[in-house]
Amino acid sequence: MSFTEDQITRYSRHILLPEIGGKGQKKLSQAKVFIVGAGGLGCPVAYYLAAAGIGTIGLIDSDVVDFSNLQRQILHHTPDVGRSKVLSAKEKILALNPDVQVNMHEERLTSRNARDLVRQYDIIIDGVDNFPAKFLINDACFMENKPLVHGGILRFEGRAFTIIPNQSACYRCIFKNPPPAGVVPTCQEAGIIGVVAGIIGTIQATEAIKLILNIGTPLTNRILDFDARTTAFREIRVKRNPSCALCGPNPSLTELIDYEQEACQLQPSATTLTNG
Amino acid sequence: MQLTINGKPETLEVSTVLDVLKTKDIDPQLVAVELNTQMVEQEQLGTTSIKDGDRLEFLFFMGGGV
Ligand SMILES: [Zn+2]
Repeated sequence: MSFTEDQITRYSRHILLPEIGGKGQKKLSQAKVFIVGAGGLGCPVAYYLAAAGIGTIGLIDSDVVDFSNLQRQILHHTPDVGRSKVLSAKEKILALNPDVQVNMHEERLTSRNARDLVRQYDIIIDGVDNFPAKFLINDACFMENKPLVHGGILRFEGRAFTIIPNQSACYRCIFKNPPPAGVVPTCQEAGIIGVVAGIIGTIQATEAIKLILNIGTPLTNRILDFDARTTAFREIRVKRNPSCALCGPNPSLTELIDYEQEACQLQPSATTLTNG
Repeated sequence: MQLTINGKPETLEVSTVLDVLKTKDIDPQLVAVELNTQMVEQEQLGTTSIKDGDRLEFLFFMGGGV
């Protein structure tokens, strides 16, 4: 495919970059990114990737837009309340950039559909709010050998982390299993400052673009934690865990698991700890 | 002894990783612990000893997204 004059103008600021150029922009237009969750993280990721000219964006979410989402889920507008999140997101993406092919998956990611869905894409973005889904995404991406950009947000904090299967530490290398049920307050209880979703989501989008274009150093083997209260990033170096049940040399996990519990966060938060 | 916990210097009198968690009132089930860049297995928190100058990182679950 070759670019039209309008497209060349649209992407001119990318094309000007020696690391991207026309060739890189073409790569972006051929890339397929799967965004799990069209919420706080998924919205900014999808919006920036659409603007960047990613060819195909897959969105999966079974929720409808709620008034309480509008504080941070920037693709959903007031008239969208009560409407499907993936449909609402698709409309905004196409209004921004009609070049993007948007695949809508109005369902939940489960052990039954995860691998089939992940397989259709080049890069996966974790924008979900619960640990069972985070583990499911991690496992499915490893099994399908797809790079994953993990994201998490909570109160004033956020976290990003890129996983390249068989090359870098996976989520289970650090967290073996989801936290026990019942000890974890819900998202609604915990709260989140909306802009943190934008900060982490745009980092996730940056990682996706870098991976597609093979630019720089990915956020692998480093967990990047952000605290909005101090406007500080903290990088925690991690490495592949030889006892990882998924990506270690003696894996015990060879099938996807649907964990029962729904969970959003744990206490105390890292900053509660470090700030005393 | 002098430890570095989540990047910050702290003085604690402890002998194991589990002692550090207890001192800080952290449920060991809810945190991943890295000692000098090595993950400490859950079952070994109580038997992994701490020495002066050790660096500990506590990684808590962080959910969110929606
Ligand atoms: Zn692993």
